[in-house]
Amino acid sequence: MKMRLVALALCWCSASLFAQDYFPSNDGVKSKNNNYRAFTNAKIYVTPDQIITNGTLLIQNGKVVSVGKNVSLPQNTIVEDLNGKSIYPSFIDVFSDFGIEKPKRASGSGRASQYGPSREGFYWNDHIMPETDAIAKFKFDDKKAKELREVGFGVVNAHVNDGIARGTGVLVALNSDGNDADRILEDESAQFFSFEKSVTSRQSYPTSLMGATALMRQLYHDADWYAKGNVATKDRSIEALLANKNMPQIFAAGDNGNIMRADKVGDQFGIQYSILGGGDEYQFIDQVKQTNAKLIIPVNFPDAYDVSNPFAAKYVNLSDMRHWNLAPSNPSVLAKNGVDFTFTLHDLKSSKKFMENIIKAINYGLDKTVALKALTTVPAMVLGQSNSIGTLEKGKQANFLITSGDIFESNTTLFENWVQGKKNVINTMDQKDIRGDYDLVVDGKTYKMSITGALSKPKLKVKKDSTTLKSKLDYNADWISFSFTEDDNVLRFTGLVSPNTTVLTGNSILPKGKEVVYTANQTKTFQEKEEENKTADKPELVAVTYPNIGLGNTSLPKQETLLFKNATVWTGMEKLENTDVLVKNGKIAKIGTNLNASGAKTIDATGKHLTAGVVDEHSHIAGLSINEAGHNSSAEVKMADVVDPKDVNIYRNLAGGVTTIQLLHGSANPIGGRSAILRLKWGESADNLLFPDMPKFIKFALGENVKQSNWQSFSRFPQTRMGVEQVFMNYFQRAKEYDELKKSGAPYRVDEEMEVLAEILNGERFISCHSYVQSEINMLMKVAEKFGFRVNTFTHILEGYKVADKMAEHGVGGSTFSDWWAYKYEVKDAIPYNAAIMASQGVTVAINSDDAEMSRRLNQEAGKTMKYGGMSEIEAWKTVTLNPAKLLHIDHKVGSIEVGKDADLVLWSDYPMSVYAKAEKTIIEGAVYFDLEEDLKKRDAITAERAKLINMMLQDKATGGKTQAPVQRKKPLFECETL
Amino acid sequence: MKNIIVTLSLLVGITSWAQQTPAAAQTSPISIEGATAHLGNGEVIENALIMFQDGKLTYVGSANAKIARAGTVIKADGKHVYPGIIAPAKSLGLVEIDAVRPTRDMDEIGEMIPHVRSIIAYNAESQVVESMRPNGVLVGQIAPQGGTISGTSSIVQFDAWNWEDAAIKTDDGIHLHWPSTYRRGRWWLGEPRGYAPDKEYENNVTTIKEFLANSKAYGKTSNAEENPAFAAMKGVFDGNKKVYVYAHGEKEIADAVNNLKNSGVAEVILVGGYYAPKVASLLKKHSIPVLVRHTHNLPLTEDDDYDYPYKLPKLLVDAGLTVGMQNEDASNFQTRNLPFYAGQLVGQGMDKEVALQLITGNNAKILGIDKNYGTLEVGKSATLFISEGDALDMQGNSLTKAFIDGRDISLETHQTKLWKRYMGKYEAQGK
Repeated sequence: MKMRLVALALCWCSASLFAQDYFPSNDGVKSKNNNYRAFTNAKIYVTPDQIITNGTLLIQNGKVVSVGKNVSLPQNTIVEDLNGKSIYPSFIDVFSDFGIEKPKRASGSGRASQYGPSREGFYWNDHIMPETDAIAKFKFDDKKAKELREVGFGVVNAHVNDGIARGTGVLVALNSDGNDADRILEDESAQFFSFEKSVTSRQSYPTSLMGATALMRQLYHDADWYAKGNVATKDRSIEALLANKNMPQIFAAGDNGNIMRADKVGDQFGIQYSILGGGDEYQFIDQVKQTNAKLIIPVNFPDAYDVSNPFAAKYVNLSDMRHWNLAPSNPSVLAKNGVDFTFTLHDLKSSKKFMENIIKAINYGLDKTVALKALTTVPAMVLGQSNSIGTLEKGKQANFLITSGDIFESNTTLFENWVQGKKNVINTMDQKDIRGDYDLVVDGKTYKMSITGALSKPKLKVKKDSTTLKSKLDYNADWISFSFTEDDNVLRFTGLVSPNTTVLTGNSILPKGKEVVYTANQTKTFQEKEEENKTADKPELVAVTYPNIGLGNTSLPKQETLLFKNATVWTGMEKLENTDVLVKNGKIAKIGTNLNASGAKTIDATGKHLTAGVVDEHSHIAGLSINEAGHNSSAEVKMADVVDPKDVNIYRNLAGGVTTIQLLHGSANPIGGRSAILRLKWGESADNLLFPDMPKFIKFALGENVKQSNWQSFSRFPQTRMGVEQVFMNYFQRAKEYDELKKSGAPYRVDEEMEVLAEILNGERFISCHSYVQSEINMLMKVAEKFGFRVNTFTHILEGYKVADKMAEHGVGGSTFSDWWAYKYEVKDAIPYNAAIMASQGVTVAINSDDAEMSRRLNQEAGKTMKYGGMSEIEAWKTVTLNPAKLLHIDHKVGSIEVGKDADLVLWSDYPMSVYAKAEKTIIEGAVYFDLEEDLKKRDAITAERAKLINMMLQDKATGGKTQAPVQRKKPLFECETL
Repeated sequence: MKNIIVTLSLLVGITSWAQQTPAAAQTSPISIEGATAHLGNGEVIENALIMFQDGKLTYVGSANAKIARAGTVIKADGKHVYPGIIAPAKSLGLVEIDAVRPTRDMDEIGEMIPHVRSIIAYNAESQVVESMRPNGVLVGQIAPQGGTISGTSSIVQFDAWNWEDAAIKTDDGIHLHWPSTYRRGRWWLGEPRGYAPDKEYENNVTTIKEFLANSKAYGKTSNAEENPAFAAMKGVFDGNKKVYVYAHGEKEIADAVNNLKNSGVAEVILVGGYYAPKVASLLKKHSIPVLVRHTHNLPLTEDDDYDYPYKLPKLLVDAGLTVGMQNEDASNFQTRNLPFYAGQLVGQGMDKEVALQLITGNNAKILGIDKNYGTLEVGKSATLFISEGDALDMQGNSLTKAFIDGRDISLETHQTKLWKRYMGKYEAQGK
């Protein structure tokens, strides 16, 4: 009611403010309101850094005319004395879907995948929709606008939150009194992107994060080609992308890893995105900072987990408990690291939580000025709109908030939110303070009445003698109405509050309908209680580890000078008893007996075995996705784009002596994606895990998986081994033609897929091919020979033993399982003697895992090659060290213990291929990444930290904090076939 | 490599394409002399003498004993003798190739189907079963999979013409998969991956309780109309059938044990038991043995010790429980790695003989076949093998002989035949 009255009142003074001169008027006579409005005696935050006390803000026609200490007021000015209240620029949300209908999910039509696009005349991929204009789908939503204004927002930037290239946003002032002719500030405010497919199309590609990343890159290549006029047909998507390129570019990344991913795409094409984060940036703050991107940060601080049931509590990972504890500190961490950011309502369930959480962030150390910038000037800057919004300087939009005091204090009242010079009352300013204790006299009886709480929403307590009566109070626009229940009878009261009075009086209706006058005399004024310490004490924060999960390191391991004394040393070529090894500057410095080195940390290795670190040729740990299954070739995707440095399996692999892995694409398609070779430097960022000067590899695959034999899919080529060959022939032929064109110097369209395949033809990139049966193994070697290159590695290669002679002749290596078989038809003839037979024919043989469990005991799997086929212990040990290093072209650095090589070492408690052996220390480049003794300390630390956080969450619940059900976040375990 | 080829050349002649022919019954006594005998009950005898006749052990003791060696004498100095390893809770012989549907016979439709029996579908000629033997795994419990009550298992030996030949103990127990309080998010429906509380848990438990109550009531009278499911449960109340209950969570285990015991089930065996150490006292109080999750597994949660799966069986042994080991969650072919799952425990500080006991003596005891199998003791079945070295370690596990009920079984398989065939090919090429 209150709002409507105010709105009506405003109609009179500003009805014509925005109507255009040339619009006819048939609802009255034309009239204009050119009056000024001044707000005096206010504390005015002109900008977050420029604050005027006792200042005046003068506005006219929706704009700021003047602001300052001494502002001369024209005669036609309505003056409002704010009497010490504060004025702030209103807030701006860069990332909103205000007024945009939620896109509808495409209805599924059976299980068949859709490989082609649904549209014509647009980009070949439905998820690329730069032609989408949010303004075309925009409808001003009054109800939502009111909700946003109540939080303090004046302007939001809305877009269609769907798809990879999402088109342009629309910048809207939340002015419910005007219309789209005046409140839309920018029709095409910014261009939006994300890594997530559109829900409106079922087109399969991309099925993965790395596919989405590659698609973004290819889109820019294609746009470049198109812009140069090389395309004869029309592509409305690319035309739109090009048309939008000078707008601010905003990327919806959604978490710290994706921030870095998005920024990398931008860097390649000279674009600096502003990036939507996820609230977890504190975990990799150095890397986030290095992007130099302005960030859009949600304040989606998680509720505590309800851990009151210990059974359920067990399901919650320490990393999630920590995030509950640390998330509110995220904004202050960003600020302390000098990262520019703006807050968004995005990803927050209730807008009511917004200010509450920002105040929480301030409690956790966020500077108030930075907070205000994040709500005003930074979003204006991100949108390139600093000249019209974000501050209250002369000429800017009159978008401001009037508050009772510091906007970042929880007991502050937001009175009004002015948008484009239009007043919106949130809480009435002239609400009289009725709080206090009263003696209520009605119908001859006296009651004790106490009114407390917030000025705008007071609470009532009524007592008869010592009995508290159930009561209710409403206070609205000077009218109070209250009631209470005595002996099952309800007494009702109304009254108009007079200014500066200590008496409440009016009519009461007694239970039998009789109306009498009541009087309540104030006996005690209300005392604002000292702000309960709730907000004052900064909560205890646990430490961030590297990476930030329970088993993370408290600090990053550093290179040490280490001297191993008296070990059995497996150099790779031989086994040396009672030998010393000196590690210095990350390298093997000396191997010998009776070595001494000053300053070295000496490790007594008597009775122990020292070997090179285990190298796993075929791994799927530390990846966020494994297969890009949307096309039968996905050479454009890179596993390096989706490295997950937080995967606990990295640590578990270290505990099994693994130091290097090849993170392979899966086997969903004949031509897979580019591999990443990783060093398991636990705690480092994704990029720092990449092997230095990483040799270039790609995954290929043959057989049942690429034919999609074992699930219901009948529409994608190839469905047979015959078709698989044709895919390769076709791609290599096209790559050859592409490469010839490129080398000729003629213009060409950059095609990432063709670039990668041409690298194979030119011997710059190596194939690791998933393979099972002899026919297909032979086939790929013949295809390679036709195109003049060599297949580097057959991985799995379970029937390699049947064509080992041919493999040796071709010069391809074999990386196989020790003893897997019988899980599908093509492994019917897989035998554990495979490794030994291939080795006997001169093939370089490795034993790999393809499995997060087996990888952490590859040393034992190597031992099985001695059992099955009788390999010698030196040759057996090579299958998990030097041979995979050779196959990966990194044997000049790792794989054996030789002076000058990198110090990637494992100290084993026992014979290294024995089931009884434990890795005691695992070292990469001279830094200890796993130490059994440190691991024992970590266990205690995890127990203690869990107990501490559980206790904190229980306390939070006990003091009324909201909770969520305990859940366990778990990423799936990947193997070749994981889609 | 040369040596192998020479050895192989001698063997190539005997390869053929069919499955191994089951060995004939023992006709004359056999003595194994000089080996280290690991009895499967925690004991070990250096320089042992083992004798058996008509399929039964007649002597187990020191070779220093001055007694006559009966029949054929196998000199086994430096070698090791073990009881045949026993694999519980597997679908060996019910499925040949996991991805090929026509070969999958381990999971019938229905939630409560104790009347479904594994034994009649057991393929005695399975190539996967055959591949168990060269690693010393000679006996298995063949269990149906899936649903809540998957069906009824039987125990077989791995050298037989048909399932009747193979059976050691028919219809030994029913397999009950206890519901979980947490369930994995159905991500394909848009739920988050990972685990969230399952609101259906209490209902699911009630369904089991109702089924048990009905089964018990049904068994107390003669029924004009047969209810096959209730009828198949009869044995669990009178002690003729065991209930193998699969559970990992602390609450789940406690609920399973309490409910089953309250329902009048005579013999309960816990299968899995990831969190069983937390409820060890309850298990001990009710004398519940555990067929524990095998060691070559990953921790279930991010915060668990990296070696928790390695040491889990040891924690239960240390708590004083009767512990056997199974690999029900692994592919069937992996079952030949049972000796190595046990070997893993030695690195965790468990005595080798105790580790062996989990997969021999204890598994036999828990499955109820310890009268004849699981240990090397006089009067028991001569189901045993000779290994060149320590059979719990990859380098030592190399069988020279294996006997089931005294029968001298073949150690060849589809896989050894392919090995010899292709080594023969290369040898012929002069490589």
